Amino acid sequence: MSEPTASGGPIIAPVGAGSTEAEGLELKVRSQWSYARDRFLRHRMAIAGLVGLVVIFGAGALCNYIAAYPLGYVDLTNVEHGPTTFGHHFFGTDTTGADELTQVLYGIRTSLEVGVFVAVVSSVFGLLVGAFAGYYRGLIDNILMRITDLVLTLPALAILLAFSSLVGQRWPSLRGNLWVLSLILAGFFWTGIARIVRGVFLSLREKEYVEAAKASGAGDLRIMFRHILPNTLGPIVVNGTLAVGGAIITESALSFLGQGITTPNVSLGALVATAQSYPEAWWLTIFPGLTIVLIVLCVNFVGDGLRDALDPTQRRVRA
Amino acid sequence: MPEPLLSITDLVVEFKTEDGVVHAVDGVSYELFPGEILGIVGESGSGKSVSTMALLGLIPQPPGRITSGTAMFQGRDLLQLKKKELQEVRGKEVAMIFQDPMTSLNPVLTIGRQLGEAIKTHFPDVKNEEVKERVVSLLDLVGVPNPEARYGQYPHEFSGGMRQRAMIAMSIANSPTLLIADEPTTALDVTIQAQVLEVMKRVMAETNAATILITHDLGIVAEMCDRVVVMYAGHIIESGDVATICRSPRHPYTIGLINSLPKLTEDEERLEPIPGAPPSLISVPPGCPFHPRCFLSQGREKCRTEVPALVPAGDGHAAACHFSEELVGYQSKYSKGAEVA
Amino acid sequence: MLTFIARRVLYTIPVMVASSFLCFVSVSYAGNPLAKLYASPILNPDIIPKIIHQNHLDVNIVERYFYWVQSLFTQKLGISLVTLQPLLPDFERTMGHTFQFVIIAETLAIILGVAVGIFSAIRQYSVFDYVFTSTSFVGFAMPTFWLALMLQLLFVYVWKWWHVRIFYTSGLNAVPGGPDWGLDRFQHLALPIITLLIISFAGYSRYMRASMLDVINSDYVRTARAKGVTERRVIMRHVFRNALIPITTFGALNVGALLGGAIITESIFQLDGMGQYFIIRLGNGDTYAVMAYLMITSVIIIAFNLIADITYGILDPRIRYE
Repeated sequence: MSEPTASGGPIIAPVGAGSTEAEGLELKVRSQWSYARDRFLRHRMAIAGLVGLVVIFGAGALCNYIAAYPLGYVDLTNVEHGPTTFGHHFFGTDTTGADELTQVLYGIRTSLEVGVFVAVVSSVFGLLVGAFAGYYRGLIDNILMRITDLVLTLPALAILLAFSSLVGQRWPSLRGNLWVLSLILAGFFWTGIARIVRGVFLSLREKEYVEAAKASGAGDLRIMFRHILPNTLGPIVVNGTLAVGGAIITESALSFLGQGITTPNVSLGALVATAQSYPEAWWLTIFPGLTIVLIVLCVNFVGDGLRDALDPTQRRVRA
Repeated sequence: MPEPLLSITDLVVEFKTEDGVVHAVDGVSYELFPGEILGIVGESGSGKSVSTMALLGLIPQPPGRITSGTAMFQGRDLLQLKKKELQEVRGKEVAMIFQDPMTSLNPVLTIGRQLGEAIKTHFPDVKNEEVKERVVSLLDLVGVPNPEARYGQYPHEFSGGMRQRAMIAMSIANSPTLLIADEPTTALDVTIQAQVLEVMKRVMAETNAATILITHDLGIVAEMCDRVVVMYAGHIIESGDVATICRSPRHPYTIGLINSLPKLTEDEERLEPIPGAPPSLISVPPGCPFHPRCFLSQGREKCRTEVPALVPAGDGHAAACHFSEELVGYQSKYSKGAEVA
Repeated sequence: MLTFIARRVLYTIPVMVASSFLCFVSVSYAGNPLAKLYASPILNPDIIPKIIHQNHLDVNIVERYFYWVQSLFTQKLGISLVTLQPLLPDFERTMGHTFQFVIIAETLAIILGVAVGIFSAIRQYSVFDYVFTSTSFVGFAMPTFWLALMLQLLFVYVWKWWHVRIFYTSGLNAVPGGPDWGLDRFQHLALPIITLLIISFAGYSRYMRASMLDVINSDYVRTARAKGVTERRVIMRHVFRNALIPITTFGALNVGALLGGAIITESIFQLDGMGQYFIIRLGNGDTYAVMAYLMITSVIIIAFNLIADITYGILDPRIRYE
């Protein structure tokens, strides 16, 4: 213990690491992800949504195993029966006596496939476009952004309908194909992510650590993907999740209007369409539609929770 | 001894957050006398801004809460005022200048409208032409060139320094008795800082308002203030007049603060930061808040268990340290006639 | 300000050109305009080469595009290759019907959505807030067609059980002309309007609330309060105008969704509007009608984007001086 002097600094005796006064002083080093995970888990609706999704999508994925009847089963003695426990027809039967619940389950699987495919493909494509536009700026940025704007000014549903119909006419074997339709949908959904990613790249490319990386000889691609890209993962995950819901709604609308997915796949939208001619059999309209609403509701809750968890620009309390 | 203009006693402010209760201000008391400039120094999170925002009721009440304390101003307790009474005091008798002029001014309204609003809120019967005249003369006072033209411009058309001058003008529009400046120059370039400080000095001389100047920069305090209060982790750990505090500090944190500043007039080999980091305001360690980083403490029991009270050390100087006497006779690098900063 | 507007207007022209070209090329390649013609039983096959030449179908795609644009202006929106009639009269008839209910629905959605958003933000965490935030969540999750069907089903049953016709569930009107026409039309359009209203409302109320909360916690609102401005004035003068700015962007984006919603509701409620016309023509393989529809809706969307841009410039002076 020595006295501080004016010319030199005080000799500071460090506090022993094992001493008890270290309590309250420890800086627990936690990763960004553990903070995010904690924030997500605090979001009750997000947890509810996640559970709902696991149950619903799980049922859809396993539809082959848990459905009471095989697809295509008809029973003309049991036509247009309301919901009942008899024969496990919990959602009733349709005009051919086929079990509605089975069809809904297969429809869920279709929605799952479409939603995930569109979200993943559009996110990847949007990421690439946004990254190159934001990083290189100048002419590349201009061109890419003009294209993005152009896609945004097109009447979405009409174009999708037209494309789908015309593709079906030109290449009849592809008519109603799930993957072709998903690809067309992805061709519309990438613009949102492209804008966001571009924004992040634009702001981060000026940062010092990018300059430092350049100075030590890192190439453009390396900088883009190793240094800047991780910062875009948050918004991409959020946007991608919400895109799943958007894609499912859009696909069901297209199928409802007859330009979506057709046999052998079952689409919830198509189920609603066929039910239109039989308004007395209300269960045929309500159950598939309600399923869509539940799926998208859960997806949106999860997306909201993710946004709260991953968004670093949360409103903070100013101390 | 003149009557204090503002007398804060045992102010405690808490914030409820997801991670726990943040004790932002933990029993703070100080006084402000008419015409003087009081500096509040501390790191981010020391509670310096919160203690003054509480005076004007600017702390959002969830999640914040003023748990206890009084703030006597002109015979009234500011903390107990109702909404309407508070609104009458704000901007008229007590005015505030904020840290970041870019975000503190409404981007869609002209500077003239915003400054005029300060006047019309409290004097609604004044005619618009008179208000405009007053605003233009205020802009002129703070050194905004071509004030008539600037009257109709928007904040984004002003430079950072000019925006802050406009904010200063807005705060003195109604000749307040008490002016609170919350880190007015922190968001500005160093050269602009000097200009804005000049403007503030001029304005303070003109209006003779008592001022609370909040900053983390000891240099500004030394230049502008009469007295200073040093805050750490929501507590006041030292207070006194500027010269005494800078030359003969009696608290290890103050010493650390002074030593961590580079001195421009001498050659120094290494910078000496204070080791460690400020404590979490949620789980505050028992005893003195500074003890984990304190060179004087040496792990002594008293520091670890008892919170030191602010004890007078003669001549208006007070320090909150159990072993403050051991620092008697300590002379900082600013003593011996050397210039401050 | 004027230069800002002029620049925005000029910018939209190349966008319209590019958009129309894109539509034309992709629709032309994907479908065969002549397929229906060849398949038509009443048409004399010798006439077909003449039709081909008359409609410039024998030249390359770029020239065809220019001929098509020309025909849009000179030949009443071009000739359908299926009906061999000009397209304009069809559009004149249907567009009016579409606009009637779409404009009412969107205007109501904006007014109600903004109002609810404001109150939700001011009374955050209140019952009002919880109720409407939940409503908007559900609104976001609901496909337009399903909501329309549910409403239709509801009123079909209302008629069945109580024999009271509050709203019609299909068609445009039952009463031609005359004094009761207005009420009758309203009764027919009420359900489509309610459908689109609910879907749009979800968006406006949600985004207005978020925008308000953002602004309410901002530094300049704190400054206004510190000046002693009353809370009511703070909300009206400082918060509201700033919070409205992002809504204009959302409104512009919503036009596309509205037109899509129009297609769906017109199909379900059998309204003789643009959307239903489009679906029918698409089903018939009438490529020129389809292209005319895409062109018109593109122009509408671009026009509303322009309006939103200009409104943004009015509300936010920072944008004007670029």
